[in-house]
Amino acid sequence: MSTLAIETKDLGRIYKLRGNKKEARKELIALQDVNLTVKKGELFGLLGPNGAGKTTLIKILTTLLSPTSGWAKVAGADVLREPDLVRPRINMVSGGESSGYGLLTVRENLWMFSQFYGVPSKEANERIEALLEMIGMKDRMHTKSSDLSTGLRQKMNIVRGFLTEPEVLFLDEPTLGLDVGAMRDVRKFVLEWLRANKERTLLLTTHYMMEAEELCDRVAIINKGRVLACDTPTALKQRLQKDAIFEIQTSPLNGLSQQMLVDQPEVTKAAITETETGTKLNLSLVEESALARVINLFTQKDVKVMNLIKREPTLEDVFIDLVGRSMAEEEDSGQPE
Amino acid sequence: MQTSTSWRSFRMAAWLGWVIESNWTDPFLFAVYSIVKPLSGAAILVIMYGVITEGNFGSALFPYIYLGNAFYIYVGAVMTGVSWAVVDDRELYKTLKYMYIAPINIPLYLLGRGGARFVVGSIAVLITILTGVFFLNVKINLAEVNWGLFFVSLTIGIIMLALIGLMLAGFTLVTARHEGFIGEAVAAALYIFSGAVFPLDVLPEWLRPVGYFMPTTYWLELLRRSLVGEVANAFPTLSQFSNLEILGVMIGLSILFGLVSIWIFKICDHIARENGMIDRTTNY
Ligand SMILES: Nc1ncnc2c1ncn2[C@@H]1O[C@H](COP(=O)(O)OP(=O)(O)OP(=O)(O)O)[C@@H](O)[C@H]1O
Ligand SMILES: [Mg+2]
Repeated sequence: MSTLAIETKDLGRIYKLRGNKKEARKELIALQDVNLTVKKGELFGLLGPNGAGKTTLIKILTTLLSPTSGWAKVAGADVLREPDLVRPRINMVSGGESSGYGLLTVRENLWMFSQFYGVPSKEANERIEALLEMIGMKDRMHTKSSDLSTGLRQKMNIVRGFLTEPEVLFLDEPTLGLDVGAMRDVRKFVLEWLRANKERTLLLTTHYMMEAEELCDRVAIINKGRVLACDTPTALKQRLQKDAIFEIQTSPLNGLSQQMLVDQPEVTKAAITETETGTKLNLSLVEESALARVINLFTQKDVKVMNLIKREPTLEDVFIDLVGRSMAEEEDSGQPE
Repeated sequence: MQTSTSWRSFRMAAWLGWVIESNWTDPFLFAVYSIVKPLSGAAILVIMYGVITEGNFGSALFPYIYLGNAFYIYVGAVMTGVSWAVVDDRELYKTLKYMYIAPINIPLYLLGRGGARFVVGSIAVLITILTGVFFLNVKINLAEVNWGLFFVSLTIGIIMLALIGLMLAGFTLVTARHEGFIGEAVAAALYIFSGAVFPLDVLPEWLRPVGYFMPTTYWLELLRRSLVGEVANAFPTLSQFSNLEILGVMIGLSILFGLVSIWIFKICDHIARENGMIDRTTNY
């Protein structure tokens, strides 16, 4: 028996876009040459901005979508050729949407899905109670799901994924749209469940850096359909350890551009993010002494420094290192062509 | 394993369909759909009949069209019940993708969802017929009813309609939301070709073959013959055929339509997977 839970080989997906009559048919490369292996028992993260291809990859791995090139195996079976072997072993949850039958209570919704997987009814009810308890909504067990808040509906949906005790579970942005408290509940729930089920594998997508860093054993950074790096969060960050990273808050930049910053000697990376309170810069410097030149540049442009901290690299910095821009900038730049 | 998968797909889907269909938290809405709507449909027919024939309700034509119309309720109900489940699960409940990744048999799941509409449809059919019997002089002599023929025909017909519904579910899967009414639309189009409210002989000659090709034509004929034999026999369309011959034709056509429907569903299902349509929701 293989120890791999997920394996992909040169996996690719091209969407044919239906343009309007004037334009010719366009193609969109959503995934390209994805080679990933996830071991049994791993909590694997896919980290990438909007439109990176995360959901597309999950749809292929869960048999909902055919790849246009390459192949993928999940729980030892080929997703395209042997979907009937894959399905009993997996489950999937997408966040940020409220699914479920509003007429049914939380328990009924969950029970029905457990029945589709052939879980004995009594056992299903026990699992439902235990999981609802774990995620902190056992008191809502008999509430009609139409009467739940969006956040609680999402929690119910998450429980649906775990209920069938899948060998491989796919969570597509499970915390999207949740408030801070609910997010914490969900992360805690995921970790607790994995601790109790060491053989189970979990693939999670997110565009929250912290979430990937906090939860995942290994992370693949994905952008525009390509996997740019794949390693443990620590190893990914170690690549940058040689650089000194500064986070600087400033007044408006008065025309000071990102290019002008990187043009400075020993400034390797610069990312600019506009925030509500002003401008935030992320700088990677080969030598700390380069900071003096940056400050000098600020003075020339009459830019005021409000706050300056030196910090340890995060996955955000890894992303900037790989892509050249922050994830927020990448999302603002719109969809890939 | 295989049978248990199929059975639990169907059984759970039927349960779910029933919970949704029998959501009579609003008894008024339920009454409108299962009583008022079919009865007003029948009323329109009765009035038109009365005007055209100058009130000749004693004619054999009247029970012929009245019963044809009543049983035709099943056509829309069952076909739509199956195909509409795709729209409901995909757009409203956002569960279709979760059904698709579950180890279930999707065609049987959809057929199960349609099962509930069959039950609700039966209530409407029964109410319509009883209204005809008690208030409109539609004479059904219970002692002369051929119950065996009735239930055999009804069962085969419902299965045939459900399978056609599956084909429509396939079309729904690969098209957008507004095409979800495809079941009702097809039912309406077939209405004139199934001899529901007038014998096929009324149609222009070149259109009649369409009617002869529809299993619904023979199905309605058998239901009428089993309930009001001597009346149905009065109509020339199929009068030279015996009950058994008609049953044979209906079974043959039902198998043909059923197989084609399953085949078309499989193709649509494949296209949906190729193009990522299983979880696509319509954006307005
Ligand atoms: N059915 C589809 N038809 C055409 N294009 C699609 C389809 N689904 C996704 N895309 C496109 O493929 C690209 C990848 O989309 P995908 O949903 O996989 O990204 P994602 O990483 O999940 O993004 P997000 O963080 O926004 O969920 C996007 O450019 C998207 O517009
Ligand atoms: Mg996504």
